[in-house]
Amino acid sequence: MLSLSHYLIIGAALFCLSVAGIFINRKNVIVLLMCIELMLLAVNMNFIAFSHFNQDIAGQVFVFFILTVAAAESAIGLAILVVLFRNRNSINVEDLDAMKG
Amino acid sequence: MSFEQIVFYIFSAMLVSAGVLVITLRNPVHAVLSLVLAFFSSAGLWMLLEAEFLAIALVLVYVGAVMVLFLFVVMMLDINIAAVREGFARYLPVAALFAVLMGVSIVLVVGPAHFGLEQVAAPPPAAADVDNTEQLGLAMFTNFVLPLEVASVILLVAIIAAIALTLRSSRQTKAPKPELQVRVRREDRVRLIKMDAEKGA
Repeated sequence: MLSLSHYLIIGAALFCLSVAGIFINRKNVIVLLMCIELMLLAVNMNFIAFSHFNQDIAGQVFVFFILTVAAAESAIGLAILVVLFRNRNSINVEDLDAMKG
Repeated sequence: MSFEQIVFYIFSAMLVSAGVLVITLRNPVHAVLSLVLAFFSSAGLWMLLEAEFLAIALVLVYVGAVMVLFLFVVMMLDINIAAVREGFARYLPVAALFAVLMGVSIVLVVGPAHFGLEQVAAPPPAAADVDNTEQLGLAMFTNFVLPLEVASVILLVAIIAAIALTLRSSRQTKAPKPELQVRVRREDRVRLIKMDAEKGA
């Protein structure tokens, strides 16, 4: 029988993978965005697992809203990326130092 | 091993290997494609958890729209892969160390000792006439109707922001200005000149 911890461990593995991805791909904004998507997927996995094992539909409603916000976030992020590439001709994070941060 | 467990392990293996490919592949297009595979396999896992509507929504909305948007952007941008890949090997050990530490600490919390079958019993499988979409819709349009409206406003903001960000301003394109066109009066364009008729020779 599959227990709740099976799904939680899969979610944890996915989350750790995406954190590692943010570490090793810190120059490439596109891969950073994809790692964020992967993190949200891991969180959604936890939400759905808890929703199933507690027999509470509210968890799935939250996943729905997370999907909405993630779609909006990636749309705006990619739009910013396109404008950035048009202006700087690069998506390297190192080149984005106009604000002297 | 039951059928459920076999399906679970197949989809989990696909999910984790797709995740590894997303963060390690050199070519961003291949990385996006493996992200698509990750979404597909997690949709399979969600089916196992009886969240059918969200599994289908993940495939249709996420793979069908968001990932295609990613693919478009990745293919349109001409990226210098060598430049964005530098530092990959340098950060790999610290990333692996960090991920393993974090993974071990999370698994210590969520492992079978705390969330096993003894602590959280598996619910009975849903009856054949239970409709997940109907349940979700009922919850969303009664208890969560205000968050639903806020979510729709967020989507509207995303549409407007994406268009406003990427639209080139009209200074760069040659377009007629309608406000000037409609403001034109007869006096601006037509000049009447009175002159005598020329006499014939």
